[in-house]
Amino acid sequence: MTALSTETTQAGRTVGIPFILKKAFLSACVALVLFSLMIGIRTEAGPDGQLTWWTRFGDLASIVGLVFGGSIVIELLRQWIGPTGAEKLVPAPIQRSLSLAGRFLGPALLVFTLLVPVIFYNQRYILDLGILVLTYVMLGWGLNVVVGLAGLLDLGYVAFYAVGAYSYALLATNFGWSFWVCLPLAGMLAAIWGVMLGFPVLRLRGDYLAIVTLAFGEIIRLVILNWQSLTGGPNGVSGIPRPTLFGIPLDNSDDGLAAKLGIEYSPTHRIIFLFYLILALALLTNWVTIRLRRLPIGRAWEALREDEVACRALGINTTTTKLTAFATGAMFGGFAGAFFATRQGFISPESFTFQESALVLAIVVLGGMGSQLGVALAALTMIGGFELFRGLETYRMLVFGMAMVLIMIWRPRGIIGHRAPTVYLTKAQAISSDLVKEGHG
Amino acid sequence: MSGEPILSVDRLTMRFGGIVAVQDLSFAAERGKITALIGPNGAGKTTVFNCITGFYKPTGGAIRLNHDDGRQTALERLNDFRIAKQAKVARTFQNIRLFPGMTALENLMVAQHNALMRASGFTFLGLIGVPTYRDAEKRAIALATDWLKRINLLDRADDAAGNLAYGDQRRLEIARAMCTEPALLCLDEPAAGLNARESASLSELLRSIRGELGTSILLIEHDMSVVMEISDHIVVMDHGVKIAEGTPREVRDDPKVIAAYLGTDEEEAAAVMESGS
Repeated sequence: MTALSTETTQAGRTVGIPFILKKAFLSACVALVLFSLMIGIRTEAGPDGQLTWWTRFGDLASIVGLVFGGSIVIELLRQWIGPTGAEKLVPAPIQRSLSLAGRFLGPALLVFTLLVPVIFYNQRYILDLGILVLTYVMLGWGLNVVVGLAGLLDLGYVAFYAVGAYSYALLATNFGWSFWVCLPLAGMLAAIWGVMLGFPVLRLRGDYLAIVTLAFGEIIRLVILNWQSLTGGPNGVSGIPRPTLFGIPLDNSDDGLAAKLGIEYSPTHRIIFLFYLILALALLTNWVTIRLRRLPIGRAWEALREDEVACRALGINTTTTKLTAFATGAMFGGFAGAFFATRQGFISPESFTFQESALVLAIVVLGGMGSQLGVALAALTMIGGFELFRGLETYRMLVFGMAMVLIMIWRPRGIIGHRAPTVYLTKAQAISSDLVKEGHG
Repeated sequence: MSGEPILSVDRLTMRFGGIVAVQDLSFAAERGKITALIGPNGAGKTTVFNCITGFYKPTGGAIRLNHDDGRQTALERLNDFRIAKQAKVARTFQNIRLFPGMTALENLMVAQHNALMRASGFTFLGLIGVPTYRDAEKRAIALATDWLKRINLLDRADDAAGNLAYGDQRRLEIARAMCTEPALLCLDEPAAGLNARESASLSELLRSIRGELGTSILLIEHDMSVVMEISDHIVVMDHGVKIAEGTPREVRDDPKVIAAYLGTDEEEAAAVMESGS
């Protein structure tokens, strides 16, 4: 009956049923005190203006009960899938099978994603949602370079997304350049903006850096909004050309893809093309990031996140290292922006508000900073979750907020918090999130 | 005393506002020797270190590094990372500054950043995986492995640096500095917090760095058993000025040094000063 005795683990955390009950009881007491007046007694003005009141002890009891039960559930979950080092109540075999499943999760997800257009061919809604999720996966992976690897908190990531989108939109509508020419240009322009942002702000660290990047994001949006002659201001840019399959349009015309292949035209073709396009872009981002991590520049980014002073003592130019991180992240944001513009066919400054930056940052933090798979899972959870709870209407954001709080309680360092080493002699061991630094700016 | 000293510090002065941390300090570190900088707490040793390694910009004076090929670098004019990169001065820190979330091997790979950056064609060639970069990486891993062997941490190569024991972290930090292939290695209290056995193995390591590799070492140390055992030359500082200099034996018998360390009242100090000079 060891489970019934209170135990203290190495990490100093108490586990066991008496501890959980005690904690739940305390929470219930606090709830009782708080809610006894707020819910227990109802006061109202009577017909003659006098005070009438009545008690609602039933409601009070149910609220207190709910707190008691909820507290037990939260504490149990915390101890099961809680921080590393704490004794787990989950039996070892289950843990082992979970970690085995974790190893195949990435490839399984990839195969599933490749098959999505086949499985859901007739469900336009699912395909659109898939494209949206993949766009955020790509943005998350892009921002992951800046925030997760280099440890630079960037609250203005949407600025690069906007630069990419407007670059493509303006080049395509004004000069008639094709998507495939504009895509690298959009990435390059965004990277240039990343460097331009980087130069003045890289002396700043931590909170100060976050504030300046936030401001930079707003500046870009306001410039777009007010530079009417170039960007069309609040009216946005419309009539952005749809992407072509290397020159072959995906439309109903005689030289469209469907006509050339001799199959019946369907608007779904274009959606599926967009789906695979963003999948390819996202996978490119992933591949480049994984490779960069194993190159000296990637190791320097991570070293920078761990200890900037030590980096300088080793002769690493911290300024250019930070700038390359900003530029790389910005470039991927620019690619995603160009894709966004070609998918929507219309862009306006409203699409590039701070909320987008916050959402992408939340994806990176929730996923586990630096973890590619974690970011993909987080994007799926966040964007998919948004849609899943659509039926709850006004309570959607409430449920969503609660879910985020719970995830951060169980997994303070994100869904996948540990770090995989970039090079090893005998065996790659995952590094516990307790040791990995978040970076200071 | 053959040839030029590797490092010559000439009338170095460092002021923080009204406080003079280092005043007109001049000393030299011989090539291929171990030079120790000692003194009581607050004597200004770490400030001197920070000036040499570019973390502070000195208020006055000159710091010259003489390379093997006769080139001379003015360290007081270079800033932070360039001292490690161009002048080949590597340092460790009083409070260990490893990359705790990276493995021991990764720590040593980061130290070879500049060489690997060149080999990877500033990332572009490395991204497409050219063979020259792969060879360079193999050589870098070999160098790192060699150092892990020297510091007896080969079996912990794939463990996070933050998980290593304190003494192992100290040695790993020295190995990391050595992986930059420095001309001058500056160690800030390498024996702090080590037990007697660990101190002895540290002395062994430093002697092998001097003997086998011929790297010049400048160190700050409080552990006198280490200092007296391995130093070729000792510079003693107190209150920002040099009070004595010489071989371990000379310094140990210097009354001014004894006074600075043991503390004396003013009369006694004056008496010691007179008898000393």
